[in-house]
Amino acid sequence: MSHFLERLTFFNKVSEPFSNGHGITTAEDRRWEDGYRKRWQHDKIVRSTHGANCTGSCSWKIYVKGGIVTWETQQTDYPRTRPDLPNHEPRGCSRGASYSWYLYSGNRVKYPLVRSRLIKLWREARATLTPVAAWKSIVENPDKRAAYVKKRGHGGFVRAHWDEVTEIIAAANAYTAKTYGPDRVFGFSPIPAMSMVSYAAGSRYLSLIGGVCMSFYDWYCDLPPASPQTWGEQTDVPESADWYNAGFIILWGSNVPQTRTPDAHFYTEARYRGMKSAVICPDYSEAAKFGDIWLSVKQGTDSALSMAMGHVILKEYHVNRQVPYFRDYVRQYTDMPMLVRLVEQNGALVPERFVRASDFDASLGESNNPDWKTVAYDETTGSIVAPKGTIGFRWGETGKWNLTEAASGGAATKLRLSLSGIEDKLAEVAFPYFGNIAHEHFASTDHASILKRRVPVKRLKLAGGDSYVTTVHDLFLANYGIDRGFGGENVATSFDDDVPYSPAWAEKITGVSRDKIVQVAREFATNAEKTNGRSMIIIGAAMNHWYHADMNYRGVINMLVMCGCVGQSGGGWAHYVGQEKLRPQAGWAPLAFALDWGRPPRQQNSTSAFYAHTDQWRYETVNVGDIVSPTAPPGPWDGTFIDYNIRAERMGWLPSAPQLETNPLQVAKDAAASGLDAKDYVAKGLKDGTLKLSCEDPDNPKNWPRNLFVWRSNLLGSSGKGHEYFLKHLLGTTHGVLGKDLGAEGKAKSTEAVWHEHAPEGKLDLLVTLDFRMSTTCVYSDIVLPTATWYEKNDLNTSDMHPFIHPLTGAVDPGWEAKSDWEIYKGIAKAFSKVAPEVLGIEKDVVLNPIKHDSANEIAQAFEPKDWKKGECEPVPGKTMPTVAVVERDYPHIYERFTALGPLMEKVGNGIKGIAWKTGHEVEHLKALNGVHTDGTNKGLARIVTDIDATEVILMMAPETNGEVAVKAWEALGKTTGREHTHLALPKEDEKIRFRDVVAQPRKIISAPTWSGLESEKVCYTAGYTNVHELIPWRTLTGRQQLYQDHLWMRAFGAGLCVYRPPLDLRAIKPVIDMKSNGEKQIVLNFITPHQKWGIHSTYTDNLMMLTLSRGGPCIWISEPDAKRAGIVDNDWVEAYNSNGALVARAVVSQRVKDGMVMMYHAQEKIVNVPGSEMTGNRGGIHNSVTRTVLNPTHMIGGYAQLAYDFNYYGTIGTNRDEFVIVRKLKTVDWLERPYSEKARAKTKLNAAE
Amino acid sequence: MRDALFHILFAWYPYVCLTTFLVGSLIRFDREQYSWRAGSSQILRKRQLVWGSNLFHLGILLLFFGHLVGLLTPTGLYTMVMTVPQKQLIAVVAGGIAGTVCFIGLSLLLARRMFDPRIRKTSTTMDLAILIILWVQLSLGLATLPLSLEHTDGSVMLVLAHWAQGIVTLQPVHTDALQAIHWPYLVHLVLGMTIFLLFPFSRLVHIWSAPVWYLGRPGYQVVRTRRTVTPGARAPINQQPAE
Repeated sequence: MSHFLERLTFFNKVSEPFSNGHGITTAEDRRWEDGYRKRWQHDKIVRSTHGANCTGSCSWKIYVKGGIVTWETQQTDYPRTRPDLPNHEPRGCSRGASYSWYLYSGNRVKYPLVRSRLIKLWREARATLTPVAAWKSIVENPDKRAAYVKKRGHGGFVRAHWDEVTEIIAAANAYTAKTYGPDRVFGFSPIPAMSMVSYAAGSRYLSLIGGVCMSFYDWYCDLPPASPQTWGEQTDVPESADWYNAGFIILWGSNVPQTRTPDAHFYTEARYRGMKSAVICPDYSEAAKFGDIWLSVKQGTDSALSMAMGHVILKEYHVNRQVPYFRDYVRQYTDMPMLVRLVEQNGALVPERFVRASDFDASLGESNNPDWKTVAYDETTGSIVAPKGTIGFRWGETGKWNLTEAASGGAATKLRLSLSGIEDKLAEVAFPYFGNIAHEHFASTDHASILKRRVPVKRLKLAGGDSYVTTVHDLFLANYGIDRGFGGENVATSFDDDVPYSPAWAEKITGVSRDKIVQVAREFATNAEKTNGRSMIIIGAAMNHWYHADMNYRGVINMLVMCGCVGQSGGGWAHYVGQEKLRPQAGWAPLAFALDWGRPPRQQNSTSAFYAHTDQWRYETVNVGDIVSPTAPPGPWDGTFIDYNIRAERMGWLPSAPQLETNPLQVAKDAAASGLDAKDYVAKGLKDGTLKLSCEDPDNPKNWPRNLFVWRSNLLGSSGKGHEYFLKHLLGTTHGVLGKDLGAEGKAKSTEAVWHEHAPEGKLDLLVTLDFRMSTTCVYSDIVLPTATWYEKNDLNTSDMHPFIHPLTGAVDPGWEAKSDWEIYKGIAKAFSKVAPEVLGIEKDVVLNPIKHDSANEIAQAFEPKDWKKGECEPVPGKTMPTVAVVERDYPHIYERFTALGPLMEKVGNGIKGIAWKTGHEVEHLKALNGVHTDGTNKGLARIVTDIDATEVILMMAPETNGEVAVKAWEALGKTTGREHTHLALPKEDEKIRFRDVVAQPRKIISAPTWSGLESEKVCYTAGYTNVHELIPWRTLTGRQQLYQDHLWMRAFGAGLCVYRPPLDLRAIKPVIDMKSNGEKQIVLNFITPHQKWGIHSTYTDNLMMLTLSRGGPCIWISEPDAKRAGIVDNDWVEAYNSNGALVARAVVSQRVKDGMVMMYHAQEKIVNVPGSEMTGNRGGIHNSVTRTVLNPTHMIGGYAQLAYDFNYYGTIGTNRDEFVIVRKLKTVDWLERPYSEKARAKTKLNAAE
Repeated sequence: MRDALFHILFAWYPYVCLTTFLVGSLIRFDREQYSWRAGSSQILRKRQLVWGSNLFHLGILLLFFGHLVGLLTPTGLYTMVMTVPQKQLIAVVAGGIAGTVCFIGLSLLLARRMFDPRIRKTSTTMDLAILIILWVQLSLGLATLPLSLEHTDGSVMLVLAHWAQGIVTLQPVHTDALQAIHWPYLVHLVLGMTIFLLFPFSRLVHIWSAPVWYLGRPGYQVVRTRRTVTPGARAPINQQPAE
């Protein structure tokens, strides 16, 4: 009935009173209620997820109504875990639930955007010129180039057509490849696991043209180098379900409920099961509430705490009472029995390198790699043996690389842990001590820099002469200051002795009382003793972002190892930072790096690259001398950090892109002309100086990165440590750097890197960003390409927190003119193929690559590293310098290559982590599944045209998703180990997971040798499980968990054994603290940038819903006493600054925060509610406006077993937590809502550098 | 020409407006239930609304009923109790007071709608247009007050009342009589009719739904049911508390 007519039924309106007439029941029309019913009706539900850099990896139901994504809810259909174990679902948090906001928000990038000045120049040039010539005419004219470069970040975008922007990009890439070399085209994208195909799209294009893919895991400082150092493993961790198996969990600097929200239920459930938990973090975090005990440690002193706990455990469970399980564990699974040489230095013995088989007559019978086989005493025979499993057995021979307790010959052994009882004498051994370095804001003690302690030693006749040796075990105990009854100084007779590293000593450094330290250590170890290692430490970025992160991590690792927890279900090291677990990695890598067309790809460690190319090295405040060990081996140990980086690149340790000052396409031509092999030509050229490594002169225009692609990332709004240096030197636009460079300061300059009086500003010719939202990075780009959101594309997603692989699927078509990353790069490849023939044909490209971990080369430099440039050795590619390879680039047919699976998969095969297998069968399957190209240069090859085609390549090639490949991979590993492993995958041999399978339901992955854990009915996924239970060695020098690092540089920089290193003084306060007063009180605080509550990394902090839940803009947290001292009250606008720059935020004054620190949740966008800074005159800045990264030479080491580079695996890390800032109230809040004028800004702005 | 114009404006146009007003309201009520609302901006800003809205509504209601009664009451009826000049005096005084009250309220509302950024951003063009039209209409109405005092005999009032009564009784009077009237009255009439014309397309529709029934509601809890309801029956619920 009509609503109107219904109202006219006045006379037969019926109603029924109730409650004595207080209420009536009526029969009036109820159709209006349908509106509410329709609110929750929808046309379809599609499975997708959030490709955020979050370990959650939650599967979501995306609801679509009338072609519009309306809302999302959590999927609940994950495969079950195991009987008696809670399931993974539900997974998802409020941030994920707010994602659909982005699709139709004002922040959405809807059309391709170009800087208007650039497009004007381009159209003008294109009117008369061909594409590459047009680009050349713009970038080679300084005025034209500056016209758009200097305007980056100042708005001025206009819409353009896809065809036009892809042509500009293609022309820029072709020009750069032709003029400078393809290794000047860079691309940055993080975390492939979050959307594998989207990552692969860009990296495949770059790899096909010879461009450079930049790393993220190390740059984000999520990579803990302690992991590859100890285990030879990037990072491997238990799935969150394994928490349930633990009896004792320490949350150490990890805020599980806030940052691992979908997994936190396992933590709660484990507590119901009876697990006990200690929470260690400076602030009263959400996690602290969960703990049975909360240790509020002084930030940055975690290693002091873990050393003291280790001290208690060693004393009570290894010395006073020897727990058999612990002893057997460290004997078989660690380097503790291995012998270390001791050398005389300043009247004491100093631990040197591991004794090797080659040190003995006839190399103990080892003819293969005797330099790479460490040795130990056999307790039963008393003789010295080369036990199986060391890295020498991994390469060049088969069947002996395993952890069975046997010598190389096969005889059973029981390795001797301590020389005590058979020693020749008790010798004074020197250990470095750093806890006495004074720091304005951290406690120090007055112990000597060299601590001598007594260690049982034996004198052996070795090849180089007689030498004292001891075991790692004996050094390890001495290092912890354990009193073993040997007498001597610097050992603690009781826990109350103030000797490093006793609980009493730690109390002074960490602020945690000794009783609590002893209590937690005992509970941790007792639980491990009773449960055979079910004690776990969940750890987070909080500890890893310090300059001496390795020590924070190694202290924790040591605790776990001495209690036999690593490799045991419910135990071990659970580092959850960065979604590093790309489970089908082996299947993904060929697609992502175009290994099907040419090998090797160019991969660059970002930290070193950005340090050099944002010229942060020119402002270095830390001297190498600040971190050198008092027991360092002789050597100059001078220079600056970039000098060490250059040496590392030269010696083939770290990658170097751009590689050579000469265009690598030209090098290939010159080599061919000279008649030499490219390898020999490059070695010769480097030696005689005709070829120069680019890293030696990063400010030379020939060596600049010229083009940069950023996709799936907010490099400038989030991870760009030293944000203002990025703006100044890489981008060349308005910046807020307040300090002066070393030239202006007249300080020590680099000896290896060429110093230019004036640093370049604006190295990039073109910055292209792909994003679905207008992020800070987009704002600074030259071209912004609208990409599909996570609900508009097909892709794959995995995580370390659960064992499932599941998809992103297009619920709706990409909005407006957006396209998926795959389609965008395919389009660029097409444009490139069209444009390139103007200047490029089929070219040969000389590719330099570092000596890679898990390759046969990893055992390149057995003893002291030698620098060919200093004449210490000859440059030999792959041995003393980078490897040299020639790769063919078919520039006119990049598109054909992009869309087809190249021939190398059939010819060469596939592999990962040092093992290889054939993939012919998989290629056949793919041809049948995806179809083949019928004409063109890729005729007969399997198609990879759509994003779903690409997912099928990954799923088909990866052992984790193709049981047949898993069996082949285990078989291949079995050859090296001499053991049978295929039983781990045989039951799933016929399982082949397809894209449509994971769309139907998430699937559990198949166990593969890519990873050290298993996924089965018997055990949760946990790290190191196959090492302990399948006796597969760790991929380290000793083949065991390596607690002693014997490389020369490790010893030089005090990293031989774990020690406490206080935070570094970055000296960023003094130069600017009196620069410009605004009349308010100033206070100096430690700048800490933890994970977001209302965002995830770079995403969600601009989401209106998340902003509404929080303060709606940037905020920093400070403690009540600090706020009082600075005259700040809650919600005041404050400024934080130092010589790196300034940021503006609101103050959250909270009891949660520890005095002396200020917390700023990272990646709060510069584009939302940020007023101007009084110091810089620019808009407030981001959290990285006040940071600058500092390199650590120990992360540069290469060619040395586990200390060898691999992409996102080893290398320098972008630390930032040692930074201090000056905080003060803002006098005037200036929103800068007026047109930008350089003059006006200069007036307000303080005189920065120059 | 002038005749034709007057004929169109005062003989035809009223019916266009009234038809649109009634049919339009009906269609909107039937088809666009979710748009049938007052569109209050109270949630965005309470300030100014208390005075503005109350003064405006009080004034406008008095004016509306004043016009209704004043124009449509047959002359024969009220002359039984008062003379025509007396009626005009009452109209001028009451209308002047109500008009002033309404004017203050409306000006507050208009200023608020135009200058409060939150409210301006969420306003539709029609929201703004209606307020402005009402304000102009009210100003015109007030402007006629001094004119009315020039002819206290009520002659103009009678012309207008006859015209209005002619319209509603479907017997439109000849528009010649209107031609002699001062222009503000005429503009006021045309704009008034225009308000009726715009009525179904604006937030004014809420007038239809003024909750007058609320005052005499039978129970304070209303339960809508789908089952057949027996008029007046007692609910079979024991009102005594359970033992």
